[in-house]
Amino acid sequence: MTPIIHVSGIRKAYGKTIAVDDVSFDVEEGEIFGLIGPNGAGKTTTMECVEGLRRPDRGTIAVLSLDPIRDARTLQQKVGVQLQQAHLQKRIKVREAVDLWASLYPRALDGDALLERLGLADKRQAWFMTLSGGQKQRLFIALALIHDPDVVLLDELTTGLDPQARRAIWELVREIRARGKTVLLTTHLMEEAERLCDRVAIVERGRVIDIGTPAGLVRRHCPQQTVVLDTSDDSAGRHFEAIPDVESVTWQDRRCTIRGRGADLVTHVIQCLAEHRIHVTSFKTELPNLEDVFLTLTGHSIRE
Amino acid sequence: MKALLKLTRLEVKIFVREPMGVIGTVGIPVAVFLITSRLLGPRIARAAIQSGSASTVLPVLASILMALSAISSLITIVSIYREGGILKRLRATPLSPTVILSAHVLVKLLFTVLTLVVMVLLGRRYIPPDAQVPLFSYGVALTFATWAILSIGFLIASIVPTARFAQPIAAVIMYPMVALSGLFYPIDALPQSLEWLARALPLGYAVSLLDGIWRGEGWIAHLGDVAALTLFFLVFTAISSRVFRWE
Repeated sequence: MTPIIHVSGIRKAYGKTIAVDDVSFDVEEGEIFGLIGPNGAGKTTTMECVEGLRRPDRGTIAVLSLDPIRDARTLQQKVGVQLQQAHLQKRIKVREAVDLWASLYPRALDGDALLERLGLADKRQAWFMTLSGGQKQRLFIALALIHDPDVVLLDELTTGLDPQARRAIWELVREIRARGKTVLLTTHLMEEAERLCDRVAIVERGRVIDIGTPAGLVRRHCPQQTVVLDTSDDSAGRHFEAIPDVESVTWQDRRCTIRGRGADLVTHVIQCLAEHRIHVTSFKTELPNLEDVFLTLTGHSIRE
Repeated sequence: MKALLKLTRLEVKIFVREPMGVIGTVGIPVAVFLITSRLLGPRIARAAIQSGSASTVLPVLASILMALSAISSLITIVSIYREGGILKRLRATPLSPTVILSAHVLVKLLFTVLTLVVMVLLGRRYIPPDAQVPLFSYGVALTFATWAILSIGFLIASIVPTARFAQPIAAVIMYPMVALSGLFYPIDALPQSLEWLARALPLGYAVSLLDGIWRGEGWIAHLGDVAALTLFFLVFTAISSRVFRWE
């Protein structure tokens, strides 16, 4: 099957600064694909090349088998775009923006129904400048969806939003996928990538380091898992060391830290506790996430 | 075309939502006009009939300044749109730069005409009944001249990087143009090189057209000016749609 978005070996430099060095990935139909990495990694430049707003110095891009720059007119009908740090006229009303956008395309959804779906129904008459950050983002999503595109490109969708608004936006993006659309997004929030994306490409210094499902990347690069529990059972340590995947068992007073590899470590520890009737007063797991994957792959945290 | 009308209508609505903008564009020129008319009006109008040349300077200068202020506000608004990321967002739609700029030109033109109409209606009583100034023709000429020289605004607006640069750049280009427009010294009397420069700028033709119409010379006598202004408009518009910067 031909991928919906095909990016192959693109490079883009601004003067001496190489924003994108070598980026390749494919986005398949109906998935949410995330470009993840720290600010300045080249995510937005890559996105803008896919949007047809920039021409890569080399490499090829195909969206729905079309060229984003040469076939811009055709693609505008089929691709919905939300740009990083976009704005509208301060005093344009929500309803007017949606109407204007709808009038630009031969085929458009019902604006009122769309605003309803995005929770903006009571903001129809509000000026853009009076909207909150989350409302503005929802309006931009509305503008990206107004012509019922097959592909939706979302750049740093939830940056600057509070956790609650962020969750609401994630729900909206899942809804877009449920309608059979393909979504490409960028984010520097690992939680967002983990919760939202079917697959991600980790981007660092203009290069793709690895691509996979969030869980798959964690398994591949950070297989170690940790269980921390409190027990006063002196025989417990012996039993823990006998668990197959365990690599180390360390004690600090009554607190025991069990480290090991493999997805079954936690299950094995729980089985062991039940089998030997070990009494514990606290139990917690420390599972690696994309953040740890990033640290393992690049040697530095994504927040730095 | 549908998009242009839609965007223009929307921009008009957005413009009138900002009270200061409307007061500055329509209110202040009208107020200044009424005050000066009250003080000097009858004398100027009478002079226009009696002595001719010198007296046309004031109305034509006022008109040109009105057109220039339309240019400068066009440049400012487009650069604000660019800096604010509004143009960037519009870029990812089927709207072309020509449509976006044209919508703003139409808005400016509309308010210039509105200002003019309000001035004429309110100022009529200051003009003595024997003054034979073809006001309607003059209004049409001013609207046409403003439209044509707005294309310079088009071009500057297409390339100035930020709103902060917009005003000084506009001033640097516009004030020398006023000096060479023939309003103060006849273009024929300028040194050869300056004369060529003046003939390569649109303002001279605008002044010649406005001046002629004010004196009642009629459109036929000024077809050359109309043709030159149209040519300027086409050339500047074509260049700006090529060099237009979205961000």
